[in-house]
Amino acid sequence: MDIPYTVQPRRDTGLYNAKLGIWLFLASEVMLFGALFSSYILLRVGADPGEWPQRLLNVPIGTVNTLVLITSSVTVVLGWAALKQKNFAKYRKLQTITVLCALTFVGIKSYEYADKFKHYQVITKDGKVYDGHLVKQDNEVVVLEGGLIDASKGKAHGVMVAQREAELHGGHHPEVEIKRSEIQKIGNYGPGHNTYMSIYFTLTGLHALHVIGGALVIAYILWPGAGMYKTDPERYINRVEVSGLFWHFVDLVWIFLFPVLYLL
Amino acid sequence: MSLKALHLLFIIVSTLLCFGFAGWALWAYSHEDVGRRANLIMGSTSAALGVALLAYGRYFLRKLRDVSYL
Repeated sequence: MDIPYTVQPRRDTGLYNAKLGIWLFLASEVMLFGALFSSYILLRVGADPGEWPQRLLNVPIGTVNTLVLITSSVTVVLGWAALKQKNFAKYRKLQTITVLCALTFVGIKSYEYADKFKHYQVITKDGKVYDGHLVKQDNEVVVLEGGLIDASKGKAHGVMVAQREAELHGGHHPEVEIKRSEIQKIGNYGPGHNTYMSIYFTLTGLHALHVIGGALVIAYILWPGAGMYKTDPERYINRVEVSGLFWHFVDLVWIFLFPVLYLL
Repeated sequence: MSLKALHLLFIIVSTLLCFGFAGWALWAYSHEDVGRRANLIMGSTSAALGVALLAYGRYFLRKLRDVSYL
C-alpha cells in the first residue's frame, strides 16, 4: 500500500505530509526556544541594576560563527534550487559546503566552551578577586594567567575587555600564583558560575545540539539516502526542502541568540 | 510556507542584523578605548555584508521566480 501525499499536496492543507509534519515540529520548537528566551528576558530584567554581566563573550568569534551559519543557509537553499533544476552534482557540492559549515560552527563553539571552562575566578579570604585562565593547580597553589580585578565593581567585565584587547594584539597577561590556603572560593566560568553563564550554556548548548542534528539529517540525505533521487526524485527533492526548512529555523534562532547574548 | 519563503524571511532578518551589528560595532569604535580596530573591522564588514545580502536577495528572487511561496 502506498502512503498518500508524500509528493502531491493534500487538497485541504495544500501541503504534502512531510512539510505539514516539519511545520508542526517547528511550532513546538518555537515554543521551546520561546520559553528559554522568555526566561532570559525575565532573569535579566529582574537582575539588580548593574549586576547583569555584559560582554563576557568573544564578539569576533561569535561574528564569525554568525557568518558561517548565514553562508550555510544560502548553500542549503541554492542546493535545493539546483536539485529542482535537475543538477544533482551542483546540489551535492552546495550541500557538502552546508555540512562543512555546520562542522565549523560546532568546532568554533567547542573552542568557546573550552575557553570558558579554563577561565577561572578566585576569591581569597581577604576579599581579593583574581580572574584569568588556569595555568596549573595542585594541592599547594593555583596559577592563573590574569590578574587582580576591582572587587568593588563585582564583575570581571573590565578584565574581560582588557583580555580581549590583549588577545587581539597578541599580548599576554602575567601569571599570578595564589596559595591554596588563602583561597575562599574558586570556580570556572562554566554553567554554575552565575545565572548568565547558566542560561548562556543552556541556550547555546541546545542550539548546538540542533545544529548537529540538522547536519546529520542533511548528511544522511546527501550520501546514504541519495539513492531515492533515482527511484523517486520528487519525494527526494521534498526531503531536501524539509531538511532545509529545519536548517533555516536553526539559523534563525542563532540570528536572535547572537545579539542577545553577545552584544546586549 | 515553502523553503523559498522562509529563506526570504531569513535574508531579511539577517540583513537587519548586519546593519544593526554594524551600527553597534561602529558606535563601540567611536566610544570605547579597547578593541577599537576589531570594532572598526567588524562594523565595516558587517555593513558590506548587509549590502551583499540585499543584492543576494534580489538575485534569489529572480532565480526562484517560478517556485511557489507555499
